[in-house]
Amino acid sequence: MSEFVIELRNVSKVYGANTVLRNVNLQVQAGEFLTLLGPSGCGKTTILRLLAGFEKADGGEIFISGQDMRTLPPEERHVNTVFQSYALFPHLTVFENVAFGPRLKSIRGDALRERVMDALRMVKLEEFASRKPGQLSGGQQQRVAIARAVVNRPRVLLLDEPLSALDYKLRKAMQLELKQLQRRLGITFIFVTHDQEEALSMSDRVAVMNTGRIEQFGTPRQIYESPENLFVACFVGEINNLSGRVVAATPPRYDIRLHDRVVNLKSKFTFAVGDHVNVLIRPEDLRIWREHEGSDEERATLFPAAVEEVVYKGSTVDLVIRLDSGDLLSTTQFFNEDDRAIMNLDFGVGERLFVDWVHDWETILPHED
Amino acid sequence: MRIREPFKLVAVGTIWFWLITFALLPNLLVIIAGFLERGSDEFVTFAFTLDSYRRLLDPLYLGVLLNSLYLAAVTTVLCLLLGFPFAYLLTRLPTRWRPLLLLLVIIPFWTSSLVRTYAMVIILQTNGLLNQLLLELGLIAEPLELLYTGPAVIAGMLYTLLPFMILPLYAALEKLDRRLIEAARDLGAGRVTIFLRIVVPLTLPGIIAGCMLTFLPGLGMFYVADLLGGAKALLVGNLIRDQFLSARDWPFGAATSVMLTVLMGLLLWAYYLSSRRASRGALP
Repeated sequence: MSEFVIELRNVSKVYGANTVLRNVNLQVQAGEFLTLLGPSGCGKTTILRLLAGFEKADGGEIFISGQDMRTLPPEERHVNTVFQSYALFPHLTVFENVAFGPRLKSIRGDALRERVMDALRMVKLEEFASRKPGQLSGGQQQRVAIARAVVNRPRVLLLDEPLSALDYKLRKAMQLELKQLQRRLGITFIFVTHDQEEALSMSDRVAVMNTGRIEQFGTPRQIYESPENLFVACFVGEINNLSGRVVAATPPRYDIRLHDRVVNLKSKFTFAVGDHVNVLIRPEDLRIWREHEGSDEERATLFPAAVEEVVYKGSTVDLVIRLDSGDLLSTTQFFNEDDRAIMNLDFGVGERLFVDWVHDWETILPHED
Repeated sequence: MRIREPFKLVAVGTIWFWLITFALLPNLLVIIAGFLERGSDEFVTFAFTLDSYRRLLDPLYLGVLLNSLYLAAVTTVLCLLLGFPFAYLLTRLPTRWRPLLLLLVIIPFWTSSLVRTYAMVIILQTNGLLNQLLLELGLIAEPLELLYTGPAVIAGMLYTLLPFMILPLYAALEKLDRRLIEAARDLGAGRVTIFLRIVVPLTLPGIIAGCMLTFLPGLGMFYVADLLGGAKALLVGNLIRDQFLSARDWPFGAATSVMLTVLMGLLLWAYYLSSRRASRGALP
């Protein structure tokens, strides 16, 4: 027995010559909103299909509520899926689509009606009960798919990129609705997406996947602020990558040479003098100094650079700057009236400036190619 | 577009010519013949009468019609029972095998169905291939009476008409979204439920089309019953042929033929209505 709603132990899956999952271990707690995040082909959908029972693992064990899933067919599992294509039954009305599951559990008459209408009310579609799926918009079909799944009161709800077919605004609204729904129902959600913003904003925990492996498993904040490897750092959000070399080591602090500057930084990894490292800095953590700002003394620690591109984004201004050493960095500057340095953000292309960052907000990782 | 004008004229003209000469005129002649009297020297004499249609109401001919309907219905049901699993399996096979198996379904069309029916005679006759094989294997002691029986007729009809059932069913099953079956399983449905509540309703247009394509030709097919059934039971098709070729009663033959055409027309109309209703609920 395990105390987890879902537990994957050393699960692997092979399609022909293609290994899609390699020894995946995953533990999901009851009531958790977990997101599997990764590029297409990373194996995230395969995990979902293994949990739903549409695929069989080639190795390892899968437990749902402590029960071994190896021999249990999909129709006998206490999980339900919201499919990417929605997979609504086109010949049945919305009501009959949602009633499909409960009917199979021999729920009839008033009890059935009540349960189905409750589910439809939850997704605000009770007036659409007698429509056919073909008469609904994409967002409405999406909601029917959710109602059809949650009406069965599954222990786990599996969602396979359910929002990918919706437009930006609707997707935002549905993200919020899904999150609220999950809190209200207390069901464990396993949500698959390739959209890192979606993953960060909705989940309790995120498993970042790549080439059949879980690269990092943690809270959105851990994933974003302390990525454990270069893949996670680069896949989740935008990040600047500077390569440096350790010149002095007094763990956990290291002197790292970045071109002609040496900076003293902290890392949870252990390095030896001479090691190559990646110093990763989020665009919003970079500070911009204009030419006339700061004393000469301060400037000695700053990196000189020139503006390559200015992208006005409404709430922020994004600059692409080229350090004199040659590296390209992207920065995000917020309009901030208190910030004397960049009170007005009208930068010109080619403008000279200086850049640094709040030390210890960076992440230092061992060098990877 | 000016250059295209002569081409359009020729193309449309040809089609009109074809339809008028080979469809409209013959049918008009048949309809007219049905209202004429039988002649002694010529086939018909030009005097209006409803005698031929009155004769059709004779219980004898009603029996012939029922016989034909029964045979066509049995053939259709058997075609459906055999064709559905076949078409379903076909859609489940790897994509590279499907064209080959579909080709095997279609190949018999390359030979005239009359010739194929004669081939069945050779297989089924008392000293035919099937009996020889069974004797050889020691499964039977003396040859079975296979030819000129009801089952032989049905087997012949089945053989001739099965592809007409399989092809529309295959087309419908091919279009069936496999994800819907997964969704149904996910919601807890077993095989029987999935088949009855998802597969059958969604392939209903194909099922009806297949049934039409086997039932309608089955109604008029006379040579199979003749060759394999020994012309024991009279069918509508045989009746019409006999009126024209043996009895030389053209007006009655024409009237019977018109009745069959009207019956088929009604069935096609029913099919049109049902397919329109089926498509109304489908996703756009």
